[in-house]
Amino acid sequence: MTLRLDNVTKRYGTQLAVDHLSLEIPEQEMFGFLGGNGAGKTTTFRMILGLLDITEGDITWDGQKINYDKSHLIGYLPEERGLYPKLTVKDQIVYLSKLRGMNKQDALKELEDWLEQLKVPEYMNKKVEELSKGNQQKIQFISAVIHKPKLLILDEPFSGLDPVNVELLKKAVVNLKRQGTSIVFSSHRMEHVEELCEHLCILHKGSPVVKGSLRDIKRSFGKKNLIVHGDMELGFLESYPGVVKYKRVAAGCELQIENEDVSQKIFSELHGKGFVRKFELEEPSLNDIFIEKVGASYE
Amino acid sequence: MNKFWIIMSHTYMTKLKAKSFIISTAIAFLFIIGLVNFQSIIDIFSSDTTEKIAVIDESDALTETLSMSVEATNEDMEIVPFDGTEEDGKQAVQDEEFEALIVLSLNENQLPEATYYANNISDTSNQMFFEQQLQQIKVAIATQQSGIDAQAFAEINEPIAFDSVALDETAKTSEELNQARGIVYIMLFVLYMAVLSYGQMIMTDVANEKSSRVMEILVSSAPAITHMFAKIVGIALVGLTQIVSLILVAYFLIQSKQDEFIGGMFEYLGFGDISPSIYIYAIVFFLLGYLLYATLAAMLGSLVSRVEDAGQMMMPMIFLVMIAFFIAIFGLNAPTASFVTVTSFIPFFAPMIMFMRIGMLDVPLWEVGLSLGLLVGTIILLAVIGARVYKGGVLMYGRSSSLKDIKKALALSKREKS
Repeated sequence: MTLRLDNVTKRYGTQLAVDHLSLEIPEQEMFGFLGGNGAGKTTTFRMILGLLDITEGDITWDGQKINYDKSHLIGYLPEERGLYPKLTVKDQIVYLSKLRGMNKQDALKELEDWLEQLKVPEYMNKKVEELSKGNQQKIQFISAVIHKPKLLILDEPFSGLDPVNVELLKKAVVNLKRQGTSIVFSSHRMEHVEELCEHLCILHKGSPVVKGSLRDIKRSFGKKNLIVHGDMELGFLESYPGVVKYKRVAAGCELQIENEDVSQKIFSELHGKGFVRKFELEEPSLNDIFIEKVGASYE
Repeated sequence: MNKFWIIMSHTYMTKLKAKSFIISTAIAFLFIIGLVNFQSIIDIFSSDTTEKIAVIDESDALTETLSMSVEATNEDMEIVPFDGTEEDGKQAVQDEEFEALIVLSLNENQLPEATYYANNISDTSNQMFFEQQLQQIKVAIATQQSGIDAQAFAEINEPIAFDSVALDETAKTSEELNQARGIVYIMLFVLYMAVLSYGQMIMTDVANEKSSRVMEILVSSAPAITHMFAKIVGIALVGLTQIVSLILVAYFLIQSKQDEFIGGMFEYLGFGDISPSIYIYAIVFFLLGYLLYATLAAMLGSLVSRVEDAGQMMMPMIFLVMIAFFIAIFGLNAPTASFVTVTSFIPFFAPMIMFMRIGMLDVPLWEVGLSLGLLVGTIILLAVIGARVYKGGVLMYGRSSSLKDIKKALALSKREKS
């Protein structure tokens, strides 16, 4: 059940929101969508769900177009959170799960399990407006996953949650993946994507600037981070050939270098100059890649 | 279809359980109970004691006649001849011994004259009553004086025989017209209320789902058009529940007080023997009228992002309904006026005006058919546009709410296949 986006383009009038986006999202994987505000993430999700029509291109899942016949297989957590404020958690979830093809008994049973798992069993009969924003978000998350979807789309699932709840939700997401759900999620937070996703795509102004598996992306990025701490003058490294970025820190400096070989040259350069406390070669972080490719930080 | 049921029953149940619905229905019940018991309520507040009116008759000839004619027409009033002076009489009225004092005398032509004293003369009903009574007495005396005999006088006073007959064989007789007028009135009023209140309900409901942002989940699990029509039908059922329960309550109340009503209001409104076709027309035009305005309301509701803006969107709709209503009311007295005829074909006015014409006139079948056809066509057109606007509109969040938004919403949902 691979989700395939083939040259997908969306135009609002003359404004280009998504530009020839081609992606393949493998089954039972977690796929990360990165991108700043207005990069086209939500538009892409809405097109996948059929809420917006595609200007050009094709989106298929398991070779077929996604329509409302499949809505019981799909879960969606929109970026803009919203539930009926006046309804109780129970009524709300039962209604929404019925719309996803569940019956009432199953929905109630699952809801109980989920509330237990997210450590809020006492909210069953509370009205949504009485809950805090973070807890509303948990309820909304339940509404997206309660029917055990095969394809789950999470638009910014962790925003607005405290670290404890982020961990709770992350665990739930990983569990779902293990049970066979393909998950597509978007985030501004690089570390979440880095931690959870095998494949990812960085969108910038509607087109993918980076896509592929996390490992390949890092490898093909080429550049590495080098940390040097030592008791000597390191200023000369700023203009050293192969050094892309130089940042002075209290105990030494942090460098971005063009490739691994540069590190070895620097290593021999440092030899005999003084005491080296730390010399560490690191994979670039997704944050570095993002900043490099998109040109601005969104953190 | 299954999802249609889920959304519809959800809409129905939540609306039915809502406090606002329960309260408004309760108020309507109270209103009906009050209306049915109107007479009893009035009786409670009006005192049972007879009103005593003191009369000083300077001619000694009028009191008896007045007393007889007053007691024949109004049981609650008693004429008491007063023996004292005029001043004593006024004092007695001020002491509230009497309701009023009437001083009668004959003028130089031997015709009666009267002065009415009361503590205040703002309640004119008694004054008018005595003026009428005395007027009759005066006329009787005057005719006697001029030598006209009683029979000739009776003939003069008899009202003229005036009968209206329609020459066109299919035209309605005047009884039929009165009956039709009754049901047209009721239908116009019920449709007017239904469109306004349930249209508003639909609009705020859609706006509510939008502003609480639950809409995006809803439209991701069921098509927007299913959602829209499930909502319209669900709220129509809420309306029917309300109307039917009100009618049932009214029916049983009236049953229990049947004696008071026989020959009363019901005969006036003409529920005697109306041809059944008018009821069928009433139902058809009511349902189509509701559907038309409900679709419009859902479409407009999908354009606003906040409930507060819904009122603004409601205005054009209210104007349309009001124009239709007032033309129809005007048309009750002039159903053949040409602008009434013309407006009865305009879909937004047709449910009220065409129905009124059917009730009051013998409208050719093709005209009814044309009007219905236009109405149904408009509903379908509006449903198609509405569904598109709805699909785009529910994902659109902006400040302004105008015609431009309809265009924007349409563009958002437009299929641009290459």
